[in-house]
Amino acid sequence: MTQATADVGTRAESTGRRKKPPLSEGAKAERRLGWLLCAPAVIVMIAVTAYPIGYAVYLSLERYDLRFPNEAKFIGFANYATVLTNSFWWHAFFVTLIITVISVAVELVLGMLIAILMHRTLYARGWVRTAVLVPYGIVTVVAAFSWQFAWTPGQGYLAELSGGAPLTETGSAIGLIILAEIWKTTPFMALLLMAGLSLVPEDLQKAAKVDGASAFQRFMRVTLPLMKPAILVALLFRTLDAFRIFDNIYILTAGAHDTGSVSILGYDNLFTALNLGIGSAISILIFIAVAIIAALFIVGFGTAAPGQEAK
Amino acid sequence: MAATTLKQRFGWGAGDTIVIAWALFPVWYIIAVSFQAPARLANWGDFWPTQWTLENYRGIFKTSEFTRALVNSIVVAVITTLIAVVLGSMAAYAVARLRFPGKTALVGVSLLIAMFPAISLVTPLFNIERFLGLLDTWWGLIIPDIAFALPLSIYTLSAFFREIPWELEKAAKVDGATPTQAFLRVIAPLAAPGMFTTAILVFIITWNEFLLAISLTSTLNARTVPAAIAFFTGSSQFETPSGSIAAAAVIITIPIIVFVLFFQRRIVAGLTSGAVKG
Repeated sequence: MTQATADVGTRAESTGRRKKPPLSEGAKAERRLGWLLCAPAVIVMIAVTAYPIGYAVYLSLERYDLRFPNEAKFIGFANYATVLTNSFWWHAFFVTLIITVISVAVELVLGMLIAILMHRTLYARGWVRTAVLVPYGIVTVVAAFSWQFAWTPGQGYLAELSGGAPLTETGSAIGLIILAEIWKTTPFMALLLMAGLSLVPEDLQKAAKVDGASAFQRFMRVTLPLMKPAILVALLFRTLDAFRIFDNIYILTAGAHDTGSVSILGYDNLFTALNLGIGSAISILIFIAVAIIAALFIVGFGTAAPGQEAK
Repeated sequence: MAATTLKQRFGWGAGDTIVIAWALFPVWYIIAVSFQAPARLANWGDFWPTQWTLENYRGIFKTSEFTRALVNSIVVAVITTLIAVVLGSMAAYAVARLRFPGKTALVGVSLLIAMFPAISLVTPLFNIERFLGLLDTWWGLIIPDIAFALPLSIYTLSAFFREIPWELEKAAKVDGATPTQAFLRVIAPLAAPGMFTTAILVFIITWNEFLLAISLTSTLNARTVPAAIAFFTGSSQFETPSGSIAAAAVIITIPIIVFVLFFQRRIVAGLTSGAVKG
C-alpha cells in the first residue's frame, strides 16, 4: 500500500515540477480541500505524540536509571543489546505472541458468528447488540477484577466450580488471561464485522441463492470476499491491541508465574525499577514488533490501509 | 420473513440467548456483588446475593470522590467523542476520496500513533502538561484522548467512506456543486451510520481510558471514574473495597448502555434505509 500511494505521490510531484501549470483548477481545489480537511487531525496527533515519541527514542539510547540520575549517559544501542540478550524479554515476547495469536483467532471466529447473529437474527436484535456491547463498555480494570475474584480459591464462584487455583499456574493463568481478553474485546471485532456485513448487497445473496448456492457457499463465495476490507481492518486493529495487552494481565496475575507480556515487562522497568533507559528500549522494541505485524498485514495480506486506491 | 421455518426461528432464538448470556454473566456477578451486604463480601462465592442491600451505593455517593469523578468522565468522554469524530471524518473523507500529496504521510503518522505503546508516552506527556499548566484539567485529558482516538476514527471512517456510492458525489458535481458542497450535502448524510459506529467506539475507548487518567490527573479536579476506582482499591491493604468497586462499576456501565441504545437505533435505521444502495 505504501508503495502504491508513494508512487502516485511522486508521479504527481515530478509532473508538477516539469510542467509549470500542471494541475487543473479542479485538481488544485481538491488538493487544497484535502490538506484543509486533514490539517486539524494531523495537528492534534503531532502535538500530542511527536515530542513524547522522540523523547522515548532518545531515552532508549541513554543509561538513565532514576535511582542514579547523576550517572545518566548516552550509550547508543547498549540498552537494546541488554534487553535482546535477556531471557526475560524473550519469555515475555513468546507469552505475548501466544496470547495475541490465540485471542485474535478466536475473536475473529466468535466475532463473525456474533456479527452474523446481530445482522440477521429474527428476534431481539436490539437486545443482542446492546448486550454484546456491554463487555466492551465495561472498564477493563473492573472486568478484570471480576474475573480475578471469580477465579480466586475460597472466594469466587468459578474457582469453586473448577476446584483449583488456576491463576497460579502458568498454563492455566495464560488461558484465563486469554479468556478475559476474548470476553472483553470480541464485541469490538463483531461490531466492525457487522458494519462490513451490512455493506454486502442483499441482491447478491438472493442471486446466489437462486443459483442454488448453499448458505455456507454464499458465505464463503459472496459475503467473505466482499467483507475482506472490513475483516482485515478489524484484524489489524485487534492484533495491534492484543500485542500490547496490559490491564488484564496486570489485574489477573500482575505478571506473576511467568505470565507477563512485553508491556508488563516495560511497565515494571519504567515504573517499578525506574530504569527509564531499559524501559524505553523495551517500549521501542514493542513498537518495532507491532510495526512488523502491521507491515505483514498491509504488504502480505493487502489490508486496505487508508489512502490505498481500490484495486 | 414468511418463509422462516420453526427450526430457523428456534435456531436464531437459541443463538440470541447464548450470546446474551455469554456477554452478561460476568456483568451479573459485578451487579450481584454491588448489592451484596458488605459483611458477606468476605466470601465472593455467592453468585446470587443472599442479603440484598443498597449499602455499597449509599457508600460511594456519600462523598464527592465518586460523583465528581463521574462528572469528569462524562465531560471528557463526550467532548473527546464529538471532536474526534468530526476531525476524523474530515480526514477520512480526504483519505478515501481526494488526491493530494501528503496522504501517505498522514496514514503513516496515524498508524505510528495507533501502534506506539502508550506506556512510554506517559512520562513525556506528564512533563509537557506540567509545563503548559494542563495537568489535572479536563483539556489535559481530552487533548491526548483525541489524539489516541483519531487513528481508529480515521481508519474506520475511511473504510466506511470507501464503500459509499460516490457516483452521487459526481452527480452533485455535475449539477454544479463544489467539492465542499458535495461533502456536506450528499456524502455526510450517507456517511452518518459509519460516523455513529465510530462515535460509539471512541466514546467507549475514552470512557475506559485508564493509563492517561491515572498519570495526568492528581486530584478530583479531572480524575475520571476508572482512575477513581483504582483509588478505592488502595484505601486499605487488607480489605478490598469490592462492594464499592462493584457499585461504581455498575453505575459507570449505565451511561454506556444508554448511549448504545440511543445510537444503536440510528445505526440500524441508517444501515437499513437504503443508504448503501443509494
